[in-house]
Amino acid sequence: MGEKRQGCHMVAVRVNEASETKRKHSFLLNYCSNRGVLGISILLMLFVSKNIYDHMDDEQQKRRKEVLVGMCDQRARMLQDQFSVSVNHVHALAILVSTFHYYKNPSAIDQETFAEYTARTAFERPLLSGVAYAQRILNSERAEFERQHGWTIRTMEKEPSPVRDEYAPVIFSQETVSYIESLDMMSGEEDRENILRARATGKAVLTSPFRLLNSHHLGVVLTFPVYNSNLPSNPTVKERIEATTGYLGGAFDVESLVENLLGQLSGNQGIAVNVYDVTNTSDPLIMYGHQSQESDTSLEHVSKLDFGDPFRKHEMICGYLQEAPTSWIALTTSFFVFVIGILVAYMIYSAAIHIVKVEDDFDKMQILKVQAEAADVAKSQFLATVSHEIRTPMNGILGMLQLLLDTELSSTQKDFAQTAQACGEALITLINEVLDRAKIEARKLELEAVPFDLRSILDDVLSLFSEKSRQKGVELAVFVSDKVPEVVVGDPGRFRQVITNLVGNSVKFTEQGHIFVQVHLAAQAKPIMDVKTESHMNGESDCKVQSCVRQFDTLSGKQAADDRSSWETYKHLDDESCDASGTAMNGNASQSVALMVCVEDTGIGIPEQAQHRVFTPFMQADSSTSRNYGGTGIGLNISQCLVDLMGGKMDFVTRPQIGSTFFFTVEFRSCEKSAVINLKKSIPDDLPAIFKGLKALVVDGKPVRAAVTKYHLKRLGIQARTVSSIGKAVAVFGKYASQISRDEKLPDVLLVEKDSWISCEEDGHMQLSSWRKNGHSYKLPKMILLATNITVGECEKAKASGFADTVIMKPLRVSMVAACLQQVLGIGRKNQHGKDVPNRFAGNRGLLSGKKMLVVDDNIVNRRVAAGALKKFGAEVHCAASGHEALKLLQIPHDFSACFMDIQMPEMDGFQATALIREMERKANAQINGGCTTEGTIRKGEWHIPIMAMTADVIHATLEKCLKIGMDGYVSKPFQEKSLYQAVAKFFEPKATTNSEQVS
Amino acid sequence: MLGLSLDQLRADMNRLLALLFHQGVLDEQFLQLQQLQDESSPNFVSEVVNIYFHESEKLLRNLRALLVDKEFSDYKKMGIHLNQFMGSSSSIGAQRVRNVCIAFRAACEQNNRAGCLRALELLEYEYCYLKNKLHELFQIEQQRILAGAVRYPVPQQHPNNPQV
Repeated sequence: MGEKRQGCHMVAVRVNEASETKRKHSFLLNYCSNRGVLGISILLMLFVSKNIYDHMDDEQQKRRKEVLVGMCDQRARMLQDQFSVSVNHVHALAILVSTFHYYKNPSAIDQETFAEYTARTAFERPLLSGVAYAQRILNSERAEFERQHGWTIRTMEKEPSPVRDEYAPVIFSQETVSYIESLDMMSGEEDRENILRARATGKAVLTSPFRLLNSHHLGVVLTFPVYNSNLPSNPTVKERIEATTGYLGGAFDVESLVENLLGQLSGNQGIAVNVYDVTNTSDPLIMYGHQSQESDTSLEHVSKLDFGDPFRKHEMICGYLQEAPTSWIALTTSFFVFVIGILVAYMIYSAAIHIVKVEDDFDKMQILKVQAEAADVAKSQFLATVSHEIRTPMNGILGMLQLLLDTELSSTQKDFAQTAQACGEALITLINEVLDRAKIEARKLELEAVPFDLRSILDDVLSLFSEKSRQKGVELAVFVSDKVPEVVVGDPGRFRQVITNLVGNSVKFTEQGHIFVQVHLAAQAKPIMDVKTESHMNGESDCKVQSCVRQFDTLSGKQAADDRSSWETYKHLDDESCDASGTAMNGNASQSVALMVCVEDTGIGIPEQAQHRVFTPFMQADSSTSRNYGGTGIGLNISQCLVDLMGGKMDFVTRPQIGSTFFFTVEFRSCEKSAVINLKKSIPDDLPAIFKGLKALVVDGKPVRAAVTKYHLKRLGIQARTVSSIGKAVAVFGKYASQISRDEKLPDVLLVEKDSWISCEEDGHMQLSSWRKNGHSYKLPKMILLATNITVGECEKAKASGFADTVIMKPLRVSMVAACLQQVLGIGRKNQHGKDVPNRFAGNRGLLSGKKMLVVDDNIVNRRVAAGALKKFGAEVHCAASGHEALKLLQIPHDFSACFMDIQMPEMDGFQATALIREMERKANAQINGGCTTEGTIRKGEWHIPIMAMTADVIHATLEKCLKIGMDGYVSKPFQEKSLYQAVAKFFEPKATTNSEQVS
Repeated sequence: MLGLSLDQLRADMNRLLALLFHQGVLDEQFLQLQQLQDESSPNFVSEVVNIYFHESEKLLRNLRALLVDKEFSDYKKMGIHLNQFMGSSSSIGAQRVRNVCIAFRAACEQNNRAGCLRALELLEYEYCYLKNKLHELFQIEQQRILAGAVRYPVPQQHPNNPQV
């Protein structure tokens, strides 16, 4: 038990270790299943998606900026191009004016021509609202000029110009700007500056933006100087000023101009365009633009504009009108990434949690499993222990009840006591069964391997149930195939238990018909079984149809569940066994013998729905069964377990209301010949050999039953013949009678089955009696009636009709048949009485008779008890109280036959004493062999007194130590008569038998 | 009337035995012992039991003497005595005495003085009980034999005659 528990503990520890390693492995899992980790991963995802968003947004911004740059540059270039085109044209106009106004004399251009020309070439100068020509007039020339043109020079404010050094009155103007004719361009601040700069450089110059006259649009004025022809090729500034004759100017209406330009480019998304004059970088002047307009100032692009005036610097600033639209793609992408990330994180988290949970559950289950297994073992142990503990007091109860029954009781009291005893016995049986089951479950059941006679065991089992079956009128029979060896090696107790159980069940559930136990070799039975199974399947339907009318080929003629066991099979088996007997017997010598055992009954059968749980413990076919028939339903389960242990299988075939057949296979080992003979000698009720050579005639209408009878007769060595009716039997006798001269031996015995006798009552009866009367001339056979049950009337009738000899009650058993035959034939049993009859106890008595025993024990009580027990076996007992005393008594030579030695003794314990005795013996033996042969011949061999240990602890180790020290056996204290007998018998039985033989 | 008393006595005896079994004072071993008694040794049981009483009283005296010596209780010696006591008790089937002996020995092995004293008292009690009951039993048996002897004269046996 302790070991077991330790085992459980070990298992638990191992599981723990395993789970430890698993814990280590699942560190990652644990990490994943942490909530904090989930939060962190969500934050991480947030960060990642933010990054993605930023990145995508940046990309978009960049793209937007590129678009802006492209657009801005495009606009700037166009503006610049158009501007330069206009400037070029104005330049051309300047040259035109100088050519046709100054080189030609008189001038080829007047106001009208100029206006006409400029108007018609206006498309060339789309940016210019108008052009005009102003002549350089020095103050000295003013009066002359005013007179010549007929108007005075006016300032920009349209007032007559005050006196100055120089004037620049407009003389030609395009019609669009005709209002500036006669205005002195030098009077305007911007224009004057422009004019001065233009004539100094000789190039087109621009004013800073200002409000134009009339239109009040923002604009710039372009001024070109017009030189007279005598300008040197590489003039100085002064020479240029000298050569200047006038100025051609044009006003750029930048606002409308850019508007137009942008109009041409419309269709693109709205961008805000501002043009600045940045000549003075600290104070850029706006040339075009909507200051008020809301625009996206975050993103701007600046493009340089070169209008051909190196002094002035312009730039164009573009920006989007609208804010950058929120980038939905980036937003959704990052959002989805975020969501997916969270989902993935959550999935991992939940998966980890699930795995951790499952693993925890698994661990828990493991622990629970270990606990359950431990509980199961504990249960079995508990059962075993408790059953054992119950058995002890139960023995007391039963013993006392037996004692009580021995007293003189009134009939009522006796009835009560008997009931109590029966109940007690039932309880003991149940406990034994439970104990068996517990043992099987705890795997503590060990099978013996001893040689035993299968047939006698079957006979014993049958005799157990003979009373019951007779009461019920059920025929009970056993048949063992000839092929089955007489003696096999196995566990007779367990085999008997299985058979008893099956037959017990059958008897319980069978009200009429028969119970038939058959034993065949499995190998032999199998092929025919297979054939039969098929035919059984095919023939089932007709079987059912005919069942009411047909007599079946079974023991009692009633239908059995399994047709395989019918007589035909059986004949097959016998035939085959005859054929194959030689080879099989040789081949199987000292090998395993697989037997097939069938128990067939014609009982109530097993209902279909209950068939699958027949072998489940504590399950009966249905509750009504247990009500009607009692029992716990554990028997079949135990039987099955036992059969499994014996290396076989158990199964059954059943048909409700027809019967069931249980069959199982078992593996035994066959026994060597010499062992068989030994065993036969030791079996007390060995079959008498006196019947050898007798002949018998069996009269039986049913072949199966006849075969059973034949089988029993054969075991007694009687040759038997079968005839189906009495008539035929008479005929046989008649034949013999006629042939008597040939010295043919007549059957000595005539066995008549009761059924056959009754059926032929009318005629056969007559025949029989007449034949008996006539047949005085020769020795009449003895007539025996075989019956399962017989009424008194029938008995009388039988006696009257000649069966005076005897009636053998079924079930047939060899010993009973032998006894009856002995009685009938009058073969003296007296000579055998001495050998066969003495009961076991008497045998025991003689076992030690005349033997001198030594009991060594320091405890006087134990000594007395041991002595008492040994005396009972007929021994002469001497006692010794200590090891020393024993040594003294066992000084060689002594005449003790055996010694019982207590192990725990003060001073010198059993081990020491034994060692010393063995030492002494060895010396003595050496002496004998050395030369002193006289003593040796007397003792015939060596000194070796059997020493049996007596000890209270039954630990195996103690036993081993006993054997090691030189002891021969072992008896546990307190003495049980049985165990004592067993221990002693080992040493004295052979001698005892020889003794008894010599005596007889 | 004599016959009746014989039956009466046998019934009394059985009742007493059953009681002792029920109480666990005796066990199967006592039945074994009874089985050893037959014509060849008719007083076997009482003889053995008397030896047992004799021995046991000696052992009990020794045990008490050993325990009374407060300073030097020789537990080893006590263990030997107890083993003796246990062996003889189990031989005659005195189950309860044996069980107390086991407990006593356990206490002894642990050098548990208090436990030993308690166990000794219990042992003495159990022993006395057993002794009384067995005496009673033998008395009845004696009477029964006497009663039986009247009806079926058998040679009178001397109680202290072990061998025939």
